[in-house]
Order: sequence, then C-alpha cells, then structure tokens
Amino acid sequence: MVDKRKYVIPGDIITSGPFRPEQNVMLEGNNIIATAVGISEIYEDSVKVIPLTGKYIPKIDDLVIGKVISHTSLSWELDVNSCYVGFLPAQDVFGRDFSTHVDELSSKLKTGDLVAARIANFDRTRDPLVTISDRDLGKIDAGILVKISPSKVPRLIGKKGSMIQMIEMATNAAVTIGQNGWVVVSCETPEGLSKAKKAIEMVNEKAHIANLSDQIKDMLDSKDES
Amino acid sequence: MGGRDATMVLLDENGIRCDGRKVDEPRRIMIKAGGLKNADGSAYIEFGDNKILVGVFGPRDVHPKHMSNTDTGILRVRYHMEPFSVGDRKNPAPSRREIEISKVIKEALEPAVMLEKFPRTAVDVFIEVLQADGGTRCAALTAASVALADAGIPMRDMVAAIASGKVADTIILDVNNEEDQAGQADMPIGYMPRLKKITLLQLDGVLTPEEYKKCVDVGVKGCEIVYELQKKALHDKYFGKRND
Repeated sequence: MVDKRKYVIPGDIITSGPFRPEQNVMLEGNNIIATAVGISEIYEDSVKVIPLTGKYIPKIDDLVIGKVISHTSLSWELDVNSCYVGFLPAQDVFGRDFSTHVDELSSKLKTGDLVAARIANFDRTRDPLVTISDRDLGKIDAGILVKISPSKVPRLIGKKGSMIQMIEMATNAAVTIGQNGWVVVSCETPEGLSKAKKAIEMVNEKAHIANLSDQIKDMLDSKDES
Repeated sequence: MGGRDATMVLLDENGIRCDGRKVDEPRRIMIKAGGLKNADGSAYIEFGDNKILVGVFGPRDVHPKHMSNTDTGILRVRYHMEPFSVGDRKNPAPSRREIEISKVIKEALEPAVMLEKFPRTAVDVFIEVLQADGGTRCAALTAASVALADAGIPMRDMVAAIASGKVADTIILDVNNEEDQAGQADMPIGYMPRLKKITLLQLDGVLTPEEYKKCVDVGVKGCEIVYELQKKALHDKYFGKRND
C-alpha cells in the first residue's frame, strides 16, 4: 500500500524507522535518505524513490530495445541507451551447436538493426548480458523508434498499463516499451502512427502534470486537427 | 572590476561594507537547474556579479580507457574561465590556477557523489565562468552539485559553498572581489548541510585560532543559506514553483 508521496531531492530525510531501503534511497542510522530527485513512496516495509531524471541502469529481467552497434565472431554488441554496452552471445540466436566456422553472425542481425531484448544478467562488474530467446523478443522488422527519458517510462505505462493501453486503443498502434527509454511504435495507418508518436512525446514532455491522462485523451480524440 | 581603489572604505563605522552589505549578508544569489539541452544535467548560477554555467555528462564510457576503474566510477571536473570573464582578456588555455580549482572542486564533490554505483564509468563536470567577481570557486561548486542532481547521479547530500573572510579586523560572510584583493583573509568553505561535513576548506591570509573558529562558523551558516537556494532551484524545475 502506498503511503504519503513526497517530492524529494538528494539529502532529504524521507522517514525513519524499520524500513527496507530500495531504489534511490540509503539507510543512515535510523533515517532513510533520498539520493535522487524524485517522488518518494513509503510501502508497508520498504521505501523507494521514483527518479525524475537520470540515465538507464540495466536491471535483470528488464525488457529493453537495443540497437546492434557491432559484432565479433562470437557475439553482438547492443547499444541499450546506457553507460554499459549490451552483450548478446551468438549461442543465444544460433543455439548450442553454434559454430564459428559455419554460422555467420551478420546473416541474422546486422549493424543498425533494432532488437527487443531482455537483460539476462548484470552485476556491474561486466557488461550486461542480454537474451533474445524468448517469446516477443528478437529482431524488430517494422515500426519507428521514439526516444524518451528512461525515468519517464513508468509514466508512459501508467497505472497497470492504463496510459499505454489508452494510446494503443485510440490509434490501433502496437507499442513496445523498453525500460531503457526506447519505444518502438508500429501501425498500419500513417495517421495512427504519427498520433501515437505525438502522444508518447507528449508524455515525455509533460510527465509531471497531474491530469496528463485527460490531456492525452483529448489529444487522441481530436480528429485531424492538423 | 579590475584596478584597486586605494581610498575605498571596506567597512564603515556603521558596519556596512563597500557594496552596501552587512557583515553577515551574502550577495544576491540566483540558481537555475537545467537549461542545457545536450548535457545530461546542467545549472546556472548568479552569485553577485559572478555568472557561471555548469554542464554534467554521465555516467558514460571512460576515454581514454586506462583511466577507468573497475571498482568505482570516476569524477572529472574542468573549471574554465572565459577570456571575457575578467577585466583584462584572460588567455583561454588552462592556467595553473584553473587546474588547481578543478582539482579542489573535484575533491569537494567526491564525498557527496555515489560513484561506486557505476564502476568503469566517468562523470564529467564542465564549469564555465562567464563573468568573475571573486568567489567563483564557491559559486562553481554550488552550481556543480545542482547540475549533478539534475543529471540524476545518486548523491548522499548536496554540497553548498560560500567564502567567509576577514576585512578591517572583522569576520565577514561572502567575500567579494574588492574584499578579496584588499582584505586580510579569505576562506572558501564547501559544506554538506545534512551530513554536517566540510568538503572544502581553504585559507588565504592570517587568522588567530579564535578568528579561525568564527570564520568557519560564519561560513557554515552561509552554506545553509545557499543550500536552501539549491533545493529551491531543483524544486522549481521538477515540481513547479513553490509558494513560499
């Protein structure tokens, strides 16, 4: 259960007591202190701060959109909009009988290709290991890439996916949101595509506004105002 | 700015300083978070007649690679004065003084920034002094910590900074250019108000032990004033204007 939300900046004391510190907070003595600009949330036994700014830091099991930047004979490297490069081993795509003599990596993924991937492992000591061997993962063939701030991804998804569902329903577009702030939009009609793109960019710009859903709804409902 | 006026009275009999301030009154301070689109975080500060712009990048890849550290991220700071920031043209090449201030600001920020969360990366802070009027290192440090928070880099606390000093045998807060040139002592202080820790302390001049203690106390109080303005700058950018 979410208790009183508060605006915090680094150094602010959120609360004190027996709470478990989660993202962007630290425990000092008995006090829980924010380490980032954001909105603090106090749960029954834990405290966290939802950041309003910052780069994407990979987290295990996150769905991300990556762009192939290069490959060796054994693996691809993906740009995942982070300070670390995503590492995609060739076995993940070709299977366990992958052989450097037989299989050519560029036949499956070329430099510049977009992929939907999942962070399989990351412990900060090595670059994040990503995988595309799962349902709904893999190379993205169609759609446009929209870049938003990674800290605004939760706002774009909305409560239980309400915001993104609303955009998808109104425009008939398919939207894939990467936790790293990269979003792929595909749609059969160009109007729907541009409208969905506009809505996503609007969320990015106005993420802090309280009645954003209503504004997005008005924008989506308005017929070809351009 | 520039030449020194020999007849100038630094402190008159009513305790009013050469620019009309009281002994414990800082100059007018305005801080704005954000403003640069291409930097990950930025801040602009006007500290009296000082005007300073700070841009922060990172965490990002370290180049050259050999500088990176597998245990922690690294912080790199460049303090630079524009050729037009002072009365006579300043050579834009980094001077001895600028290299020293870069190092001092870096070491003053390091205790606040949680770099260990991003091993093998670098956080770059670029400080450009557009106009200088005494106390630029304090103003730059204040703005740099706002810019770091704006970039979303985890911090234990903000670092606020201000200089205290001694002029006409009196301890004063926020030394300006004239007081720095003609005064008896100048002590820049960087302070983390919540942790109650000093991260920067320099002293140019001579003070007795009692004066030294008073100087630190006055500086720390000044930092708390600056800290409130830093908080306000971040609140204004992220949560809209506050009504207090």
